[in-house]
Amino acid sequence: MTESANHLEKIKKSLSRRNRAEKRFRWYGRTAILIGLAAVLILFTDIVSKGHGAFRIAYIELEVTYDQDRIGVDNLTDPEELTRGNWEALSKTAMRTEFPEVSGRSDKRRLYGLISSGAGFDLKDRLLENPLLLGETERVWILADDDIDTYYKSWLDGEPYAARMSAKQLEWIDELHQQGKIRLQFNSNLFTRGDSREPEQAGIRGAVMGSLFTLILTLVLSFPIGVSAAIYLEEFAPRNRWTDFIEVNINNLAAVPSIIFGLLGLAIFINFFHVPRSVPIVGGLVLTLMTLPTIIITSRAAIKSVPPSIREAALGMGASKYQTVLHHVLPLSLPGMLTGAIIGMAQALGESAPLLMIGMVAFIVDIPGGFSDPATVLPVQIFLWADSPERAFIEKTSAAIMILLSFLIVMNTVAVWLRKRLERRW
Amino acid sequence: MTQLASADKKKRATKAKPAAMKSLEVEGHEPTVGKVFTENPKMTMRNVNVYYDDKQAIHDVSIDIAKNEVIAMIGPSGCGKSTFLRSLNRMNDTVDICRVEGEICMDGENLYAPKLDVVELRARVGMVFQKPNPFPKSIYENVAYGPKIHGLADTRVDLDEIVENSLRKASLWEEVKERLHQAGTGLSGGQQQRLCIARAIAVSPEVILMDEPCSALDPIATAKIEELIEELSENFTIAIVTHSMQQAARVSHRTAYFHLGRLIEVNPTEQVFTMPQHQLTEAYITGRFG
Repeated sequence: MTESANHLEKIKKSLSRRNRAEKRFRWYGRTAILIGLAAVLILFTDIVSKGHGAFRIAYIELEVTYDQDRIGVDNLTDPEELTRGNWEALSKTAMRTEFPEVSGRSDKRRLYGLISSGAGFDLKDRLLENPLLLGETERVWILADDDIDTYYKSWLDGEPYAARMSAKQLEWIDELHQQGKIRLQFNSNLFTRGDSREPEQAGIRGAVMGSLFTLILTLVLSFPIGVSAAIYLEEFAPRNRWTDFIEVNINNLAAVPSIIFGLLGLAIFINFFHVPRSVPIVGGLVLTLMTLPTIIITSRAAIKSVPPSIREAALGMGASKYQTVLHHVLPLSLPGMLTGAIIGMAQALGESAPLLMIGMVAFIVDIPGGFSDPATVLPVQIFLWADSPERAFIEKTSAAIMILLSFLIVMNTVAVWLRKRLERRW
Repeated sequence: MTQLASADKKKRATKAKPAAMKSLEVEGHEPTVGKVFTENPKMTMRNVNVYYDDKQAIHDVSIDIAKNEVIAMIGPSGCGKSTFLRSLNRMNDTVDICRVEGEICMDGENLYAPKLDVVELRARVGMVFQKPNPFPKSIYENVAYGPKIHGLADTRVDLDEIVENSLRKASLWEEVKERLHQAGTGLSGGQQQRLCIARAIAVSPEVILMDEPCSALDPIATAKIEELIEELSENFTIAIVTHSMQQAARVSHRTAYFHLGRLIEVNPTEQVFTMPQHQLTEAYITGRFG
């Protein structure tokens, strides 16, 4: 009797200690999650606060006369003549009409500096679309130079950044602002153009298309190969020293730094097989090498999670091994495999190091139209912009990060949705 | 000499067991007692040994299974009755480390002959497992799966007929005919097990192996399955492994008692439960161990 009372006493004592330990442990967990959330929040606020500006850009309204003599083009349908045209004259004349009092070479240069150096070509495109404008005069919103854009935005925010502006230019901007001839517009260039040395002209589209082509190739190659390998290793291969060896190697490959895959791709695909540099084909091949271990490992885990009772049921019915796998194991493990594949794809989408090795870091203005056009990808574009000295690239970089992140979020959402949708209970 | 040595080894191995149990251990290679062989055998097993790696799970078992009989295999846990049952349709092939020696024949044909196709064998020897394991598909598809993969039905109408007949034979038709296209996994445990039986008989096997088919079911569901086994025995040869002696007594014609991988006694069920021939059988059915 006394002994059992003693026991109870001991249990009670240890109980409060155990409860305290549990409470402590819960708080550790909560703190860890809070730290993680805070980090994500800081990251997102920082990126969004820096990058949101890039979605709007300064335009200046000018009166443009499409004067045939100034351009020096007679026939708008002759491409050779078009390239020889003096398109800059259009925007420059328009600037002089706006500020007729400006004289002197350096002042004029400063005046022309208000608008983007590519403004003439934008006007050319506009004219080619509407040939009837030739000889006419109209008011057009013309892209401002990146320095003007940066200054105008910072001035609107109340903290003017005028380091790269002359006093005259500040005056002109003020004048334009008074007349409502400068304003911020949605920056459609960001989504429709390729890279450029001029921040105001630079767009993300080339990188997006490059990423798209590279990822399509990666998915098309790595998913079937990875899933077949996983099924063979999990369901058909005999367990012996060879398969153990292969398994260890696959696990090791998953941990190999990605830049090594870049070197491998450089040595094999470019130097040995002479695949051209900088193209999505070679990028896709390299990323396939990198993604395969991930897909194989997650697919094997998905196959393993199919209860053996289902296999037994099928085999017991007289289904062959192949039928068992095709009719039962594969449908049940497909959600897991897809999730793995999408995680692998997300990894590949965010990968830059191996692509640097195979030349996808080149400055490419043209938007790639296929798998064999030179291209760069989103993360490399971010790297390139982050590396550029112009201040306007800061917000561009953050905007590109936002676009990359939203792609990743979309992919992960699709992964979750697919899993939920395809999942079957047993 | 070698026999003596192995017996000696066995004694050493079981040293840790309590003295009372010791008298129940199998000594040497005692032959199985009782009515081991039958006149009209469907399956014949001779000197079957099963090994997992170097551990022997079945020792030298010989037994016949007669046509259209229900034979129950009973014995304490780990006695090898499930292992033995699974070697009858070569389900043990899926276990890499498992090795079967001896002769297992059905209608005189050796099931372990190299040119025999297990797919064909398993179509002829169906199996029902311990835990109901319907496919995560509709009830209809569960039953239709076997006929489909074996190409038994030429038309949709044929298939419908096979499904209905199988479900009727498994006395499940009335309960599910309104929801054939709902998930088989949504049924109750007992219904799922009857669905598995319907699935097994849909390919018209000659022998049905049942591995503790009622161990996961409540008494009412169990009673239904037992009733079903009795009906099925008109058309099929059934070998059932069970933990429940009452179940063996209720459903089987003959009972085989396994002990530590050896077949101790085979006799008509009535005799096993009233006048067991071997002292181990008696000890087991009177509940001295289990």
